[in-house]
Amino acid sequence: MSRSSFSSYRPPRLSLERRLTTPWWLSWVIPILSVALAMLVGAVIIASQGVNPWEAYRAMFEGAFGSGYGISETLVKAIPLMLAGLGVSVAFRMKLWNIGAEGQLWMGAWAAAGVGLFLYPAWNLPPWLAIFLMMLAAIVAGGLWGAIPGLLKGVLQVNEIITSLMLNYVAISWVLYFVDILWRDPGGLGFPNTAPLDKAIWLPKLTWIPLLPRGHRVHAGLLLAILAAVLLWFLLNRTKWGYEVRVIGENPDAARHAGMPIVRNIVLVMMLSGALAGLAGMAEMAGVAHRLQRGLSPNYGYTAILVAWLAKLNPFGVLLVAVLFGGLLVAGDQIQLTMNLPRSISDILQGLILFFVLGGEVFSRYRIRIR
Amino acid sequence: MGLVFVWRSSPFLVSCLPNPYQPQIDTHSLLNGTRMNAPSLQPSQIAVEMRDIVKRFPGVVANDHVTFLARRGEIHALLGENGAGKSTLMNILSGLYTPEEGKILINGREVIFHSPKDAIEAGVGMVHQHFRLVPTLTVVENVVLGLDDPKFRLNLENAKAQIRALSEQYGLKIDPDAFIWQLSVGEQQRVEIIKALYRGAQILILDEPTAVLTPQETEELFKTLRSMAEKGHTLIFISHKLDEVMAIADRVTVLRQGRVVATVNIEEVTKEKLAEMMVGRPVIFRIDKPTIVPGKEVLRVENLHVRNDKGLPALNGISFIVREHEIVGIAGVSGNGQAELAEALYGLRPIEEGRLYLYGREITHASTRDIIREGVAQIPEDRHKEGSLGNMSLSENLIMKNYRRKPVARGPLIDWHYVRQFARDLVKRFNIMAPSIQTKARLLSGGNLQKLILARELSSDPGLIIAMHPTQGLDVGATEAVRKQLIEERNKGAGILLISEDLDEVMQLSDRILVIYEGEIMGEVPADKADRNEIGLMMAGQRLSANHEQHTVNSVQ
Ligand SMILES: Nc1ncnc2c1ncn2[C@@H]1O[C@H](COP(=O)(O)OP(=O)(O)O)[C@@H](O)[C@H]1O
Ligand SMILES: [Mg+2]
Repeated sequence: MSRSSFSSYRPPRLSLERRLTTPWWLSWVIPILSVALAMLVGAVIIASQGVNPWEAYRAMFEGAFGSGYGISETLVKAIPLMLAGLGVSVAFRMKLWNIGAEGQLWMGAWAAAGVGLFLYPAWNLPPWLAIFLMMLAAIVAGGLWGAIPGLLKGVLQVNEIITSLMLNYVAISWVLYFVDILWRDPGGLGFPNTAPLDKAIWLPKLTWIPLLPRGHRVHAGLLLAILAAVLLWFLLNRTKWGYEVRVIGENPDAARHAGMPIVRNIVLVMMLSGALAGLAGMAEMAGVAHRLQRGLSPNYGYTAILVAWLAKLNPFGVLLVAVLFGGLLVAGDQIQLTMNLPRSISDILQGLILFFVLGGEVFSRYRIRIR
Repeated sequence: MGLVFVWRSSPFLVSCLPNPYQPQIDTHSLLNGTRMNAPSLQPSQIAVEMRDIVKRFPGVVANDHVTFLARRGEIHALLGENGAGKSTLMNILSGLYTPEEGKILINGREVIFHSPKDAIEAGVGMVHQHFRLVPTLTVVENVVLGLDDPKFRLNLENAKAQIRALSEQYGLKIDPDAFIWQLSVGEQQRVEIIKALYRGAQILILDEPTAVLTPQETEELFKTLRSMAEKGHTLIFISHKLDEVMAIADRVTVLRQGRVVATVNIEEVTKEKLAEMMVGRPVIFRIDKPTIVPGKEVLRVENLHVRNDKGLPALNGISFIVREHEIVGIAGVSGNGQAELAEALYGLRPIEEGRLYLYGREITHASTRDIIREGVAQIPEDRHKEGSLGNMSLSENLIMKNYRRKPVARGPLIDWHYVRQFARDLVKRFNIMAPSIQTKARLLSGGNLQKLILARELSSDPGLIIAMHPTQGLDVGATEAVRKQLIEERNKGAGILLISEDLDEVMQLSDRILVIYEGEIMGEVPADKADRNEIGLMMAGQRLSANHEQHTVNSVQ
C-alpha cells in the first residue's frame, strides 16, 4: 500500500452545503436568472432554425402582451391554467403528487356539458341556475375523479403519481367516446364535437374590462379563478382544516402524533384538487369552446403542474405564473404565423423554464463550496 | 504526569465566557504540561496531532482553532456537551470532513485526508455513533466489505481466521458467521471495532460508544479498550458522561462551543471540576424531589400485547400502573419494546391483546385525537421527526395539540390573534430562546426545540405525560431545565411515564422503576432502593429474584 496517496495533491472539489436560511433577495434573483438562462438556451434553438432569436422573442412578447388583443388571448389561455394550477397546488401542499389534473379537467368539462346540453333544455332551467349546476357538476365530477387516486393512496398506499396519471387516459378516452359517438352533433358536418351550448348559458364575457378590444374572449372564468385563489388562500391559512393540511404536508409523522386524520385529509385534498381542475374544464368548455370537442385542452392539466410548481404553491403566485404561461401559449401561435417557426418552440421554452427554475432552486437551498 | 493546562493564568478559567483570548497552545506545553518536571516526551510518542483546526457549518463554528494531541498507547477522552464539536473534530480526523484551516499530523507526518479511506491507510479508524453495518450480511462479510484487498476472489476463511485472532487478542467475543441482525447492539459494536482493527487501525476513535450499552456491557467494552491501549493502540473516546470518563481515560480534552477548554490528566481532576469545565459554570448534580404519596390511579396497563413494524411481537403482556404525583421509569436497552409501548399508549399502534385504562375508563382502542383530548401529553422520541414542524413557525408548532379547541379555534377558523398571544406567553414562560414567534422550528437548537415541545405539551395541564428520552442529546443546562419541569408537573399532580435509555436519568427522576427486556417487564424496584447492578442485570434479561417479584405483583394489584 502506498502511503503517499493521502498526502498527494488532488484537484479541488465542488461540494454543496446546505443553507440554514435563504437571504430574501436570493429568492427573487435566482428565478429571474433561471428564466434568463432558459431563454438563452432557447435562443440557441431558435437560431438553429435560422431565425434571429432576438426578433423571435420580441415577436413573442408583442404577440402575447403587446396589444389589447394579445393580452385578452393570454388571459383566455391563463384561465384554465389558473384553476387547474390552483388544484394541483393544493394537492402538492400536502405532498400529494397529483398528475391527474388533465383527466380531472376533462371529466369536469364532460359533466358540465351533460348538464348544459341535456338537463338545461329538458328541465327548462333558468340560465343562471343552469350555469350554476354546470359548475356544480364539474366540481363533483372532477372531485370524484380526483378522489379515486386519493382513496387508493390513503387506504391502500398506492402511489398516486401512477394512478392519477393513468386515470388521465381513462378520462380522456371516456369523454372522447361521448364526443365522437354518443353526444356527437348530427348537424356538425362530420366534425368530432357536440352541438353548441345555448348562448344563454355561456359563461358571460367580461365586457366591462377597459382597454381590451371589442369582441375579446375573456370570460367570467377569470373571476372564478380569482375567487378560487382567494378562497383557497383563506382555507389554507385561516381555517383549522387548512392548518391540518399544511401540517400533514410538512411532517406527516408529527401530524399523526397530533391526532390529525391523515387518510381522510388525503381523500379530501385530492377531491378539492380534482374539483378545481374540473372547474377549469367547465370554464374552458362553457367560456371558450361552448361545446365539448376534441382538443378542448392543449394539455392545460399538465402545464398546470409547471404553473403550480413555479408559483411555489402560492395561490396568488399561481394566478401570476398562469398569465405568463398563457402568454407563452399565445406567443407560440404568434411566431408560427409570423416567423415561420414551429409552435412547439413554446413547449420547448416551457420545458426549459421549468428545468432551469428547478435547477436554480438548488442554489437557494445550498451554497457551493470549492475545496 | 503533571497537570496540563491550556491557559496558564488560572486553573479554571472557564467561567468567563465568551473567552476573549484564543488559547495559546504549543505542542510542547500540551504534551508535557507547564507545571511539572516530568521527563520531556519524545515526539515519537505523539500519535495524533491536530493543530488549529477550524470547521464551520452554516451558523456555527463547530471547531474554532482546536488543537488536539493524543499519545501512543493512551485512552484519551474527548469530553463536551452536545454540540461542543466532538464528533466534528473526530470526523475530521477520520477523513469524513475536510477542515477549513489547520493541519493534522499522524505519527509526526503531515497528512491530508480526502476520505475515510485515506484515514484508514494512515491507521485511523472510527466507530461511529450510528453503526454502519449491513444487517443482512454476516460478521465476516461486513468486516471485508469495501476492501479491495482480495481483488477478485474473496477468501473468507482467511478473514475469519484473522477475526478470530483479533477477537481472542482483545477479548471481543464474536461469531464471524453470525448475521448482523442476529446480534445485540453491544455485539454489533464489537464488529465495528474489529472492522477497524482488521483494517490495521492503530488509532481508534469511538463516538459515544456507551450510549447503547447496559452497565455490564460498558464494563466489557472498557476492558477491551484497556487491553488495546496496553498493546500500543491510541484510543480516543468521545463522551459527555463524566463517570465514564473518570473511569476509563488517561487524559481528557474538554471542548466547549467549538473550543478547547483544557487538556488534563485524569488524576488531576474531579468529576465536579470536569463538569464545570464542560459547562462553563458550576453544576448541581442532584435535583430536589420532595417525597409525595402517590394519588389516584391515572393509567392502568393490563397484559398489553403489541407487534412491531415487521409484525413481530414487541410487547408480550406488559402490566403496570401510573398514579398521580408519580414518575414511573421504564429502563432498558433501546429496541426492547419501549418505542412500541409509547406508541400503543398514544393510540398510534394497534393493540393485539390487553387493555388500557385512563382514570378507570377504557381507552384500549381510542384514537390519538381522543387520547389527547383526555389530557395525555407526549414527549416523543424524535423531536424532529415526530415532535415538530421544521419549516413552520414557533406559533404554528405550539398549537399542534390544541388547535381544535377553543380558544385557539373559533368555529372552523383559527384565531391567529389569540395564537400569537398564546405563543408569546409560552415562549416567555418556558424560556425558549428564539428571535420571534415567527422563527422556523428547524432553526432552534436541540434544547430550545425540546423546550418548545414541553411548552406545547405541558400548556394543557396534562394528567398523564408519556416522556420518551426527554433529555437525549440536550446539553447540561437544557437537561436540568427539562428534568425540573417534569418534576414540577409530578408535584402538581400529573402521572409521568418516563421511558429512557439513560439509567442515571431514570434513577434520578423516577419514583418507581420498571425494567423492560424483549417486550416483558423483568421486575420493578422503588427508586430509593434501586441498585445499578441489579437493574443492569435485568436490562440484560435476568428476572428479579422472587422476593422482589412479590413486591411487583402487590403494587400492580
Ligand atoms: N453536517 C452538519 N451540518 C451542519 N451543522 C453541523 C453538522 N454537523 C455538526 N453540526 C453542528 O456543529 C456543531 C457541533 O456538532 P457536533 O460535532 O456533532 O457536536 P458533538 O458531537 O460534540 O455533540 C453543532 O452546533 C452542530 O449542530
Ligand atoms: Mg456527537
